Amino acid sequence: MSKKYDAGVKEYRDTYWTPDYVPLDTDLLACFKCTGQEGVPKEEVAAAVAAESSTGTWSTVWSELLTDLDFYKGRCYRIEDVPGDKESFYAFIAYPLDLFEEGSITNVLTSLVGNVFGFKALRHLRLEDIRFPIAFIKTCGGPPNGIVVERDRMNKYGRPLLGCTIKPKLGLSGKNYGRVVYECLRGGLDFTKDDENINSQPFQRWQNRFEFVAEAVRTSQEETGEKKGHYLNCTANTPEEMYERAEFAKELGQPIIMHDYITGGFTANTGLAKWCRKNGMLLHIHRAMHAVIDRHPKHGIHFRVLAKCLRLSGGDQLHTGTVVGKLEGDRQTTLGYIDQLRESFVPEDRSRGNFFDQDWGSMPGVFAVASGGIHVWHMPALVAIFGDDSVLQFGGGTHGHPWGSAAGAAANRVALEACVKARNAGREIEREGRDILTEAAKHSPELAIALETWKEIKFEFDTVDKLDVH
Amino acid sequence: MPFNSTVGDYQTVATLETFGFLPPFTQDEIYDQIAYIIAQGWSPLVEHVHPSRSMVTYWSYWKLPFFGEKDLGVIVNELEACHRAYPDHHVRLVGYDAYTQSQGACFVVFEGR
Repeated sequence: MSKKYDAGVKEYRDTYWTPDYVPLDTDLLACFKCTGQEGVPKEEVAAAVAAESSTGTWSTVWSELLTDLDFYKGRCYRIEDVPGDKESFYAFIAYPLDLFEEGSITNVLTSLVGNVFGFKALRHLRLEDIRFPIAFIKTCGGPPNGIVVERDRMNKYGRPLLGCTIKPKLGLSGKNYGRVVYECLRGGLDFTKDDENINSQPFQRWQNRFEFVAEAVRTSQEETGEKKGHYLNCTANTPEEMYERAEFAKELGQPIIMHDYITGGFTANTGLAKWCRKNGMLLHIHRAMHAVIDRHPKHGIHFRVLAKCLRLSGGDQLHTGTVVGKLEGDRQTTLGYIDQLRESFVPEDRSRGNFFDQDWGSMPGVFAVASGGIHVWHMPALVAIFGDDSVLQFGGGTHGHPWGSAAGAAANRVALEACVKARNAGREIEREGRDILTEAAKHSPELAIALETWKEIKFEFDTVDKLDVH
Repeated sequence: MPFNSTVGDYQTVATLETFGFLPPFTQDEIYDQIAYIIAQGWSPLVEHVHPSRSMVTYWSYWKLPFFGEKDLGVIVNELEACHRAYPDHHVRLVGYDAYTQSQGACFVVFEGR
């Protein structure tokens, strides 16, 4: 039925608030936490968010009538109270699949978290969760390899992987940097990592770093008889330079490279993930800048959304926080988005912050990386929280050992294996952590000294962003 | 050992991946790990290789994976039979997970010389 053109400003809710709408399996669903300006009705705020993140503009325009806008518009279909918060509410919005280019996370985010976040009728807006329809997921490349393939390539089974960031993060020459890599790997780590802000600085150009690191990886492999790797950071100023670095890592026979997916951007990340799939390289993903976006409880994007986006854009490992270390993150929320990285189906569970059922289909899983301010005393909790499909990374907790990085690495490896062994034997490793570590230290002077060194360290600040609990 | 603040020398050790940094398991400790594999619903699998080739991907199967085997004693006997047949080989026990097509557990039970 054709409509008449009626110029002027209409209320958003007339068009975009549709409480009777039943979302389709192919719809992309989003949950926003909205905090409106005083006096603006909830329905109007929610409808405005639906409109401004899909087809709407502030004034009715004649050219809308050239198409069937009802087919393309986003709709707010449900509003819910936020437990314990009177000024905010959740708006659930359904977007038709055809609003988005196939396989483009960049396109999805440009719509959902574009102009709408600056919209004047809102004081705050936070994207809490996205339900990606399986029809969209099947158009995404996803992790270049995934957990299963990475385990096969690296020959690591039945335990979390162990890593460490090279420190000091800036200022070492290529040769000195390679020395620290070698020390960590010969001591028993599986991986070492470029710090995120190591790119190609005057004190250490990338090619020089890559060559020395490759030698450190090769030597440590020969001496230990185990597979080793170092995340060579390919994040660069331009895509061309990024690919040049990736190609060189491959030429050197290295198993894994690294990218910073938020500062580098989703377009670069998706391209590099595709390159990794084609070239048989593993891809480690850092998340610098995430806390700018995800930390405020009422504004921005929750990390579970950024984690889902990364799984679709592509990466084999993603940083998730540690729960127990120096960086923000509560346990239930972290478990919630770790599931989004690793499982093939994640049910709605508000106690973990998951607002929708999420079917991942055949999308490979991503290793959860716990890194930042952790040390051997945290090991039992980390193994219990993160399980086997994780990479536990100890920076200061490796290099800070009184005997140096190799001994620090060995201490962590002994502690990790003691915890896994105890867990498999049916012990409650979090409760019995002290006994398990103390017993293991009887056979490892490196661990005994590590336990003594870090016995006083705690990071007990409350998290800023908590789940909205009933 | 008592805490000692002087710097020690860390000697690189050649290890065989998971549990390579722990002292050799006692018989009871090995039983615990086999029981864990069975309890997870994984199929036990015994593999062996000559130490000079320990870094290759494909170690030789001992017979075939013991699909659906729930009897701990059977697995212990197979591990020992493999070790008797190849006394100079590394022998490892795998918990094979057909659902993920991966290994939920994998560790060396007998080290060859």
